Formats: sequence, structure tokens, C-alpha cells
Amino acid sequence: MTIEKIIFLVIAAISLGAALMVVTSRKLIHSALWLILTLFGVAVVYGILDAGFLAVAQVVIYIGAIAILFIFAVMLTRRANQDTGSQNNQYWWVAAPLSALLFGGLVWMMGSWQGYSTELPKLALEAKSGMLKQLGQLLVSPDGYVLPFELASVLLVAALIGAIWVAWDRK
Amino acid sequence: MSSDWLYIGLFLLIVAIFPGAPILIAGWLAPRKPNPLKSQTYECGIETVGDSWVQFKAQYYIFALTFLIFDVEIVFLFPWAIAFNQLTLFGVLSGVLFIFVLFAELLAAWRKGVLEWI
Amino acid sequence: MSWNGFLAFVKDPLTEFAKGITYRLDVWGLSPELVNVIVKLLGAFVACMLSFALVILTIWVERKLYARVQDRLGPNRVGPWGIFQTVPDMIKIFTKEYITPDGADKVTYNLAPILAVSAVMLIWAVVPFAPTFFGSDINVGALYIVAVGAIGTLGIILAGWSSNNKYALLGAFRAVAQMVSYEVPMVLALLVPVLLSGTMGINSLVKAQSVWFILLAPLAAFIFFISSQAEVGRAPFDLLEAESEIVTGFQVEYSGLKFGMFFVGEFLHAFTISALFSALFLGGWRGPWAEQVPILGLAYFVIKTSIVYFFVILLRIAAPRMRIDQMLNFNWKFLVPLGLLLVMVTAVVEKLVIHYYTLWGLEFGSTNYLILRAVTHLVVNGLICVGALWLSQSFGKREPPRFDASRAVAVPPQSSESTATD
Repeated sequence: MTIEKIIFLVIAAISLGAALMVVTSRKLIHSALWLILTLFGVAVVYGILDAGFLAVAQVVIYIGAIAILFIFAVMLTRRANQDTGSQNNQYWWVAAPLSALLFGGLVWMMGSWQGYSTELPKLALEAKSGMLKQLGQLLVSPDGYVLPFELASVLLVAALIGAIWVAWDRK
Repeated sequence: MSSDWLYIGLFLLIVAIFPGAPILIAGWLAPRKPNPLKSQTYECGIETVGDSWVQFKAQYYIFALTFLIFDVEIVFLFPWAIAFNQLTLFGVLSGVLFIFVLFAELLAAWRKGVLEWI
Repeated sequence: MSWNGFLAFVKDPLTEFAKGITYRLDVWGLSPELVNVIVKLLGAFVACMLSFALVILTIWVERKLYARVQDRLGPNRVGPWGIFQTVPDMIKIFTKEYITPDGADKVTYNLAPILAVSAVMLIWAVVPFAPTFFGSDINVGALYIVAVGAIGTLGIILAGWSSNNKYALLGAFRAVAQMVSYEVPMVLALLVPVLLSGTMGINSLVKAQSVWFILLAPLAAFIFFISSQAEVGRAPFDLLEAESEIVTGFQVEYSGLKFGMFFVGEFLHAFTISALFSALFLGGWRGPWAEQVPILGLAYFVIKTSIVYFFVILLRIAAPRMRIDQMLNFNWKFLVPLGLLLVMVTAVVEKLVIHYYTLWGLEFGSTNYLILRAVTHLVVNGLICVGALWLSQSFGKREPPRFDASRAVAVPPQSSESTATD
């Protein structure tokens, strides 16, 4: 039981528990707060996998911007403080076996995959800062990802325009 | 897992407990005399009126959204900035194009009057 | 203890201390991994205690300076020159009652001050005090600072929402809108040193500053300074907690030490921002003989941070408070376009500098190259500054909308209709 394994188990338990609370909380705003804990757990998992940049980017974007946007959106409705009624709907006796079947199928499928290993894959890079440099070069090299990079900026612009169109109160 | 991140994790643990301890200690030290008048929420000295809910303007949401877009853009730009010394001119210019598209969009939103607080 | 050992201890006390503890724990027979964890835990604990102790000093400095500028004496009773004034204040805050408002959500109500303070203390994990004296030099230090700032923002919105108070909620929304808006130019200004040095780790940024970045990118330093003041919520951007306007905003329902935590968090944040500014733009621990004698590096760092903190306090004393719409306009219509433009221009200029100056025979990294590069960037920054000022002046000279003359509000009655008033 190395310290890495212990940390991973604890973080995985926290993330899964928080994810469960997201869907079963009675108040909407509590769901948003549990979601923040789940996202933080994912960031820690990225850190364990030595992807420091992704861990920090996850906290910056998801917790720093998206979670705040969620909380604002939840507060826009008047129902953030109210209970959302009964937690079970009336067709649970259909949904429960179906989801159990789906879960079993997924477990069987992933269990029969041969590609698991406990070693991190060996990357063709030496130093930890070499990874970020490589990523940066790949992002803008013509035989790399430059086209998705530029399209990402167009996508961001489209998202901004779309959201402003929906949310803005034109006079 | 490198030792740098281990330090950050330990720091996180300590920092989560560190402010909590004085708060608990002060909870024991301080008097505890609740009465209904003291526990009322503050409303400039008068009795509280209406429920504690405010309909807030959509402008808050617009600003948070604009922040999100620029935040994602900046996170994309960090690897580009780190690899800067090894990039060709093409690489630098594609990064500049990325920034320029969002710069133009900011100016367009400004023209449309989206960024007014009123 | 030998003379060499003593010298090594004086030059670099922290490393020697850590080595001593490691040796002692090894001798006691613990596994090296556990020893590593314990030493790091101890280091983190010392850093936290130090930052809290620092707040006591900084609060005193601020109050004294504030008072002297306002032609009064400031605290001068408790201790020489009133140095220990903060101690009785802390005792008072410790013994105040916690008044939890009706209907407050207990868990988030108590979590919010802890989050607000944690977010600030986490920054101290990456600040480099000296060449060998820093928490951890993670390779994503600059983005890590932004990430923990985001956690602080979360603490504020939790505080405002969980107080079950309209004014706290409104204050929290405005505070979050302000902090979140000013994060954009702050990160853009952070991008410029990263661009110029090719690394994100804060200690590596300090090491790359053979020419201080404030000379290479003064506009970026200016943008970072201003937006970090707004991030912290200090004047002139302190609408979030103005006592006369919004009754301390999101903190209105907090009393006792929970309020004290917000207060301490804000002062610590201001000092942390000064430390970051000096690390990123003023060369951190760099100075003559800093690499050989790390304790000198610590001294340089403390001096630079204190000078920056002095200016932060002066800015608070001298500038009046801005309204929220003025603040947001200033951010989205001046700072963000300026920041974006700065990053674009710096990138292009740096590329041209690397290309042409090496072409003209200057060796990459030699002193002449560095000086010429600094001068080029300085000139370009000056041009952008002049252009931005000229543009904003021409915007300001535009005619404000005037009332239409025919839109009369009250018309006096005509004298020929005086019979109607009988």
C-alpha cells in the first residue's frame, strides 16, 4: 500500500460520494456545491497521474468559472432554496433493472479488456517541463493540432455570441 | 507522483485545518447567548421584510460567461507561451490569430452594448 | 560544530535545518518516504504559522501609515510605537460571540471563511523566498496561483448565499462579478512573463530574470498590479466591503473570529500579491551574491516585497472608491483589450527580436543581446501606452449625450389662459 494508492482510494471515494450526493440532494444549490467537490476530486486524480497542467487547468476552468456559472444560473431560478420534491419517480421499478443491466454490461466489457497496467505509460519525453513545451509546439505546428486550435477560438466566439443572445436583455 | 505535488497536497491538508482550529477555539471561548432578536438577519436596522430572495440581473451572468470564455482562451495560451522559444514564426502567428479572433469579438460585444452594467 | 558547518548554517539555515531533521528522523529508523512526508508537513506548518504572524505586522504597518498620511498618530499605546496593537484586537475578536442568523445553511456558513483564508495561504506554497527556500517549484506555478484565486471567489459566493440575507447575497454577487472580471487581465499580465521566459514555475521565472521583467514589460506589470488590487478587494476597488455603502457586503452576518478570518484573509492576500509581484516582475530573490548566500536572497525578497506593499497601502490611502459600473467598464473596455493587445504585440516583437538580433550577429543570451532586447520591449511598451492613452482620451472627448431641448418637463401656464385658473 504505497501512499499513492491510499491517496487515490481516498480521492476516488470522495469523488464518487460527492457525485452521488449531486444527484440525490434535495436542494439544488447543494447539488452545485457537491459538484464542485467532485470536480476537485477529478483534479486531484489528474495530479496523481502527473498531469499537473491538466489538474490546475481543471481547477481554473471548472471550479473557477463553470461552477460559478452554475451557481449563478441556479440562483437565477427561485427554486435554489426549495426542496425539489420526492426523490423517486413512479417508474423506478423499470429503471432500476435496466440500469443494473447497463452497469453489469459495462463492468463485464471493461473487465475483459486486456490493456490494464499499473505503470504509467512511458512518454517519449525527459523532463517534466518538456511535456508542456511539447504540448505547446503540437498545438501550433502545421502537422499537429493547429487547425483544431484555431477552430477552438471560433468555437469560443460562437459560444459567447450564442449565450449572449440567449441571456442578454436587449433594450 | 512527484514530490512537488505531494507538498501541495500536504499544504492543502494543513491549510484546511489551520483556520478551522482558531474558529473552534473561539467557539469555546466566546459567550453563547442566542436570542431570537439577535439571530434576525440584518436589514439596516429595521425588521426584515419579504423573503430573502433577490431576482438578480442577467448582467451578472453575462460577465461570468465572458470571463469563462476568456479563461478557457488563456488556458489554451499557456502551453503556447511556454513553447514560445522553440516556435517558428508560423506558430507565433497562429497563436496571435487565436488571440486576435477573441479580441475582435470583445470589441464587437462592446459595440453592441453587451458590456454595460446598467 | 565546525566553522564550515556554522558557515553553511548561516548561509542557508533552512536547508541545513531540514537536513538535520531528516538525519535525526532517519536515525530513529523511519522509512525514507515517511521522513520525507514529515519534513514536508513540518515545512508547510511553519509556512502557515509564519504567514499568520506576518499579518499581525502588516496590519500594524498599514494602520500606522494610514494614520500618518492623515496627519494623526495611529496606534501608539500597546508596545513601542504600538507594535502589539493587533494582539489585543485579536483577543477581542476571539472572545466575541458567534451570532448565526436564522435560516443560515450551517455547513456552508462555517465553510466560507475557511475557504477564503485557505485560498490565500495556498499561494504561499509556491512563492520562492530564496534560491533554495521555497515550498515547491511545480512547473505550473503561474496557473496554480489563478486556480487558488478561483477557490477564494467560491468562498465569497458561499458566504453571501449562506447568510440568508438579501444584502449579503447582493454584495456577494457584486464581489464575485468584480473578482471574476479582474481575473482576466491579471492572467493576461501573467502570460507576458511566461512568454518572455518560457516557463511557468515561479522559481524558474525568478531565475530567468537576468533583466527584471518590470523593465521588459512595464505595461504587464502595471496591469498585474491594478488587477491584483481589484482581485483582493482593496481600495480603490473596495466596494465589496465598504462599510458606508453596502455594510461590508457579504460579510455582514459574520461576527467574531469568522469575520476575523475574512479580515485576516484580505490583509494576507494583499501582502501575498505584493510578494508575487516582486517575484514575477522585480526579480524576486535576485541580487548580488544571492545564489551563493541564499539568506541574502531572502533579504532582497523581503525588501522588494515591502516596497511593493508600501505602494499598495499608499494606493489605498490616496484613491477614492470607484463605483461598480466604473470598475467593470475600466476592466472590460480598457484593461482586457490592452492586455490582449500586449500579449499579441509582445509575442510578435519577441519573435522578431530573437530572429533578427541573432541574425545581426548578437549571440543569444549575451549581455548586449539582453540589453538590446530590453530596450526594444521598453520602446514597444511605451508606444502601446501612448497609443492607449491617446485612444482613451479621444473616447473621453466625445460629447456625452445631452438632453433633447424639446423634452421640457414642466411648462409654465400661458398668461392668456389665466381665466382657466379661476
